[in-house]
Amino acid sequence: MAGSANRLSKWMEGTGPFSDIVISCRVRLARNVQGLPFPHLMQDSQAEDLLQRLRQALANQGARSADHRMTLYRLRDLAVLDRHVLVEKHLISPQHARNVAHGAVILRGDEAVSVLVNEEDHLRIQCLFPALQLEQAWQLASNVDDLLERKLEYAFSPDRGYLTACPTNVGTGLRASVMLHLPALVMSNQAGRLHSSIVKLGFMVRGIYGEGTEALGNIFQFSNQITLGRSEVDIIENLRSVTAQIIEQERSARELLRKEMRHQLEDRVWRAYGILTHARVLSSAEAVQLLSDVRLGKDLGILTGLTSAGLTELLVMTRPGYLQKLADRQLSAAERDVQRARLIREKLRAAAAGATSSG
Amino acid sequence: MLCQECRKRPATVHVTKITDDQRTEMNLCEICARELGEVELLTEPKFSLQSLLAGLLAHEASRAERRPVAEDRCSNCGLTYQQFTKAGRLGCSQCYAAFETRLEPLLRRIHGATAHTGKVPAQGARPRSRRDELAMLRHELEMCVRREEFERAAELRDRIRELEQRSGES
Repeated sequence: MAGSANRLSKWMEGTGPFSDIVISCRVRLARNVQGLPFPHLMQDSQAEDLLQRLRQALANQGARSADHRMTLYRLRDLAVLDRHVLVEKHLISPQHARNVAHGAVILRGDEAVSVLVNEEDHLRIQCLFPALQLEQAWQLASNVDDLLERKLEYAFSPDRGYLTACPTNVGTGLRASVMLHLPALVMSNQAGRLHSSIVKLGFMVRGIYGEGTEALGNIFQFSNQITLGRSEVDIIENLRSVTAQIIEQERSARELLRKEMRHQLEDRVWRAYGILTHARVLSSAEAVQLLSDVRLGKDLGILTGLTSAGLTELLVMTRPGYLQKLADRQLSAAERDVQRARLIREKLRAAAAGATSSG
Repeated sequence: MLCQECRKRPATVHVTKITDDQRTEMNLCEICARELGEVELLTEPKFSLQSLLAGLLAHEASRAERRPVAEDRCSNCGLTYQQFTKAGRLGCSQCYAAFETRLEPLLRRIHGATAHTGKVPAQGARPRSRRDELAMLRHELEMCVRREEFERAAELRDRIRELEQRSGES
């Protein structure tokens, strides 16, 4: 089942290099098929034709484990809540969730790969990994690209590269991004300055749910802006090295907080933990902020027994669509706040119990 | 004023929707608005890269005050350069060639470069399949009919018939 509420996506596993600061990373390739107009001008028959060709491309996957097998789902065949969950797991964009006429998504079993079909471009191949593993994400995206290319001829020009609906993506069609948890930089009022210097270097900064969303829970998304005139490896290496510098700054800000404001910091972490383990009503904004404090507490060794994966899972599971999927029905905002508080209480207590019994 | 959904936080998002002359107003806090998907509708066009690009293009177009002329249209999909400047999206891959001289400075501004140096499709050498060519011709035919270019349409129709017959034989 696509976007099952029962399974975690690969990117939510919480392990890998710099997982104390880098939550996940993503590589996206925009591709279009030669001879078809871009999706916003496509006729029904042309959209169907593309879907049919993709099914053929996927028929030749050879022997693969269930985790690595890719399946195509039409968005119109998925329930509204299932589409909502796919957005909350970052597997499709919010715009794509509404694209029921021609939209489809190809998902790999472990949800490390999702291919958006007939969004702004014919194909948006996305690979999401936990922590800082951009090279791995690029390799996998490129492999999926090669697999699909066997059955499709891409719109490509030797001068301009892969041709995309919007000229901001032309060339490599590559957008690489990292999702970083930067509570210490925010607490020490350095996030604004970081933001402006990153933008000057040709990168974009956004909140966790994409364009136009603010940085909830001290989580920021950084991505490359330029797609033409640089090789994929250069783009990825640039983002990786900028990310390494931000990690360095966040780490020294954390160190400073720990030295200069030890009691205030511990107090903040324990208060957050106290509220999350006892509250009966939690809005999503409050939950996200408190989960950020608790994550920082875990990373600094103030709280034990918690894992990055567990906290990332809570971040996704407490989103409105996911809560309703778990409840298997529509919930009002007030009902969601109650469900959210209950879920967080249960998960944190289970983690604490697990830590006691194993330790 | 309190948010009408959660009745806890102040309402900072005021949404007025007009559908079939029916006017509905909602007063929400930012959190509920986001959860209800109302903010998405509001912020999406405001902040997306595409709309920023469209703004950039519109500015350029108004400065130049050019009226649409024949060469400002892509012969394959029919999109005009004016339409592109409004939507920020091209119509088909051939638009890049059709609007080449106007896109070149734009690409330089966006990317600081105009030439691709990355990955190349592996199958560049493979001849174009008949199926792809047919799909392209049919689309071009449709566009010609819409634009009432019947002479060109008749030529295309004959090419399509020829190709269809050949693929029937093989």
